[in-house]
Amino acid sequence: MGFTEKAKIMDKEAVEKALIRMSHEILEKNKDTDGLVIVGIRNRGELIANRMAANIKEISGKDIPVGAMDITLYRDDLTQVAEQPVVKETVIDFDINGKMIILVDDVLFTGRTIRCALDELIDFGRPKNIQLAVLIDRGHRELPIRADYVGKNVPTSLDEVVEVRLSEADGTDEVVLCQKN
Amino acid sequence: MKYLIKNGHVIDPKNKIDAVMDVLISGVKIEKVAKSIEAKDAEVIDAKDRIVAPGLIDMHVHLREPGREDKETVATGTHAAVCSGVTSVCCMPNTEPAIDNPKEVKALKDIIKRTAVANVFIVGAITKDRDGKKIVDVEGMKKAGVVALSDDGNSVEDPEVMLKALKQAKKNSTFLMPHCEDKKISDKGVMNEGIIATKLGLRAMPKKAEYEIVKRDIELAKKAGARLHIAHVSCKESIDIIRKAKKDGIKVTAEATPHHFSLTDECVAGYDTNTKVDPPLRSREDVDAVKKAISDGTIDVIASDHAPHGKHEKDVEYDYAAFGMIGLETSFPLAVMNLIDTKLISWQRLVELMSLNPAKILGLGSKGSLSAGSDADIVIIDPSKQWVYKEQDIKSKSKNSPFIGKTLKGAAVVTIVGGKIAYKA
Amino acid sequence: MPEKLAWKRKDLLGIEELSKEEIELILNTADSFKEVTTRRIKKVPALRGKTVVNLFYEPSTRTRTSFELAAKRLSADVINIAVEVSSVKKGETLIDTGRNIEALMADVIIVRHNCSGAPYILSKSVKASVVNAGDGWHEHPTQALLDIFTLKSKLGRIKGLKVSIIGDIAHSRVARSNIWGLTKLGAQVTVCAPPVLIPPGMESFGVKVTNDLDEAIREADAINVLRMQFERDNVSAFPSRMEYFKAYGVTEDRLKGAKKHILVMHPGPINRGVEISAEVADGPKSVILEQVTNGIAVRMAVLYLVTHAQGGAI
Repeated sequence: MGFTEKAKIMDKEAVEKALIRMSHEILEKNKDTDGLVIVGIRNRGELIANRMAANIKEISGKDIPVGAMDITLYRDDLTQVAEQPVVKETVIDFDINGKMIILVDDVLFTGRTIRCALDELIDFGRPKNIQLAVLIDRGHRELPIRADYVGKNVPTSLDEVVEVRLSEADGTDEVVLCQKN
Repeated sequence: MKYLIKNGHVIDPKNKIDAVMDVLISGVKIEKVAKSIEAKDAEVIDAKDRIVAPGLIDMHVHLREPGREDKETVATGTHAAVCSGVTSVCCMPNTEPAIDNPKEVKALKDIIKRTAVANVFIVGAITKDRDGKKIVDVEGMKKAGVVALSDDGNSVEDPEVMLKALKQAKKNSTFLMPHCEDKKISDKGVMNEGIIATKLGLRAMPKKAEYEIVKRDIELAKKAGARLHIAHVSCKESIDIIRKAKKDGIKVTAEATPHHFSLTDECVAGYDTNTKVDPPLRSREDVDAVKKAISDGTIDVIASDHAPHGKHEKDVEYDYAAFGMIGLETSFPLAVMNLIDTKLISWQRLVELMSLNPAKILGLGSKGSLSAGSDADIVIIDPSKQWVYKEQDIKSKSKNSPFIGKTLKGAAVVTIVGGKIAYKA
Repeated sequence: MPEKLAWKRKDLLGIEELSKEEIELILNTADSFKEVTTRRIKKVPALRGKTVVNLFYEPSTRTRTSFELAAKRLSADVINIAVEVSSVKKGETLIDTGRNIEALMADVIIVRHNCSGAPYILSKSVKASVVNAGDGWHEHPTQALLDIFTLKSKLGRIKGLKVSIIGDIAHSRVARSNIWGLTKLGAQVTVCAPPVLIPPGMESFGVKVTNDLDEAIREADAINVLRMQFERDNVSAFPSRMEYFKAYGVTEDRLKGAKKHILVMHPGPINRGVEISAEVADGPKSVILEQVTNGIAVRMAVLYLVTHAQGGAI
């Protein structure tokens, strides 16, 4: 199955602005940065988490611990996926007990990935709270999950795909709407 | 009833015929072989582009009757034989009970008379229960009709017993066809010793277990002045010993099986229990030595060592599986593919190995050739027919063959036993 | 390594049939699972609802426990079946047992068998995944994988390493699997044993053969010391344990000529004072207990991969 690019939703500048805005919102809501940690979902969520931590450092001067998680082993569709996911390491080398966790992913869609991530996080400890930050919310939720921080809401149809490209992995920063062929 | 086989390429090494000729059969005998025979009263069988040869004689077959009719019977085994061009077989005595006394020989003869569709000649045991201890009543067995003696599956361990048996065989104008294996050496082995066994982690049966007994039995035969036919020779060392013995004038003949000139021990990889056979499949070097021995005359006979086993004896761990594979139906095509197509031997030589020589060794003067007055045991062969050996087409009651699924070349199209058409494709 | 390399095998029967890339995929996946084993809750739901059966025809506490724990940490249900070898001949056949286990809806059958090749026969007759937990003298793939995993995590690489395998090579499935795995990944392997315990044709495996323990130790980055089983009937060539220990036992003294960083491995269970001295087994060069820990991560990776083999599994 291939994709055809339909429209560019965000360019480099828009991505950057959205991430800065979200970083501000996070700081507003979490005045005490002492208990604040960020965990990104591999692969793009991890990259966004790193950028947000850098933004927060710039804004507040505080170093926020960043972790990365691989949710493959928690997926509810492991036996159905056509391509076998490569299992990668989850790296959360700090204690999450009593912490305020900003969980970061690139696109919020059905909510199932976030469900996996929540289950996995709970296996690491008992945080004070978990907040969700996503660059794109494209709708079509299948679980009662919503984001606390959203870069951009993009109404989509089910035969469309949202691709987030980040320079660290893809050489460029942009968000593109694609059509499934 | 008369049959006239027209325009076939007749191969009859005894009469040095290798040409397109007609063969006239009258009743149970061959009347004549000549160019353009006319016989108005005969039914004509067209053999254009076919080979016409004396019926094949397989002198090493396990028909399993009496006792293991679940694996094979005289009826099913001989049916498999005639469908493959084999008109005579020798059946081995490792039945239950063993054919080790004249009464058993007579009982088996009765079964053969009632059920066989090919000629069956009985090989009796050398010792009571084939346990290597007490020699059978050789004279009585011979009178009852055995053609040879063998404890096949076992060697006669005690050389003194073997020597006595050889002397008695000589006295009674018969011969021994020993299975040569020192079980103290092959022990719990299941395959040939070498790289493949090491790779697969399987217990090995060193070649020494075979050739030491080949050497011993030949020495004993020399001492006794007796005739000896070594069964299923599988390795280079055994062949060297036999070649030298023949040169020294010792009365020894030898047979090789098609699997020992077609397959190497590499086939065991994958643990297909149908490759488990005794003697085991050997190395490439041994396979080449067997082929050379076939072409230079050291090996006199090709015999299948057709050894049927039930599924429950093969669908188990390699270590626990029974030794043996069926071979009646693949023997001829394997010889065509591995010996004729490779230009190792001629058709003349092939018929010698598979008909004339067995007849000579067994003392069957009226078989093994198309001489006028001989038994009308004839095979008409399509030498270039390619066919796939499928499990559902196997005529034998057992299906334990490593050649299942393989494309084979050469097939009998008509088999005549005693002047009657026993098989027609 | 390409990220999208997928595991396609239904079974893990041996190392010999694996490609270098497949071995690396298992090792990399095991890396991720090793992290799971360090968590507060050492369990992930990847095999939730799956049934794993340990079918053991030979007594084994360590391998069975390791597989059991690996399966449980993946949230699978685990059943252990121990078959008395003495009752095999009268009892049901391996194939029947396999089919019965499959009828219980088992997804994976982990089999340990005294006969070489038994897992191959089983795998042909069941649809469930078959994982070889050691067959006769043939292979013990997960042991080799955990040995290699341990080597790689301690020394950072496999390619170019010199590894000596010491002991009863002839009757060792651990030796064979290690030889296949290490040579495929570019290590130089030496096997060292008294002549009677070197099987025919060993050189054709691409290894160096020596009867001299000091030579095997001298150049090695790691040695893998095999368990010496004196209960075997055909090890009569060495009359006593003490005699074997004197000639081939790995001791502090023998290790004096070794490289400083040499690692000492052993698949266990250890015969102290037979193939290895207590001082070496418990000493700083020994990674024997790390091997045990790594075994769980490696076996988790194997169970994960075979149960999620990509479509058209072979």
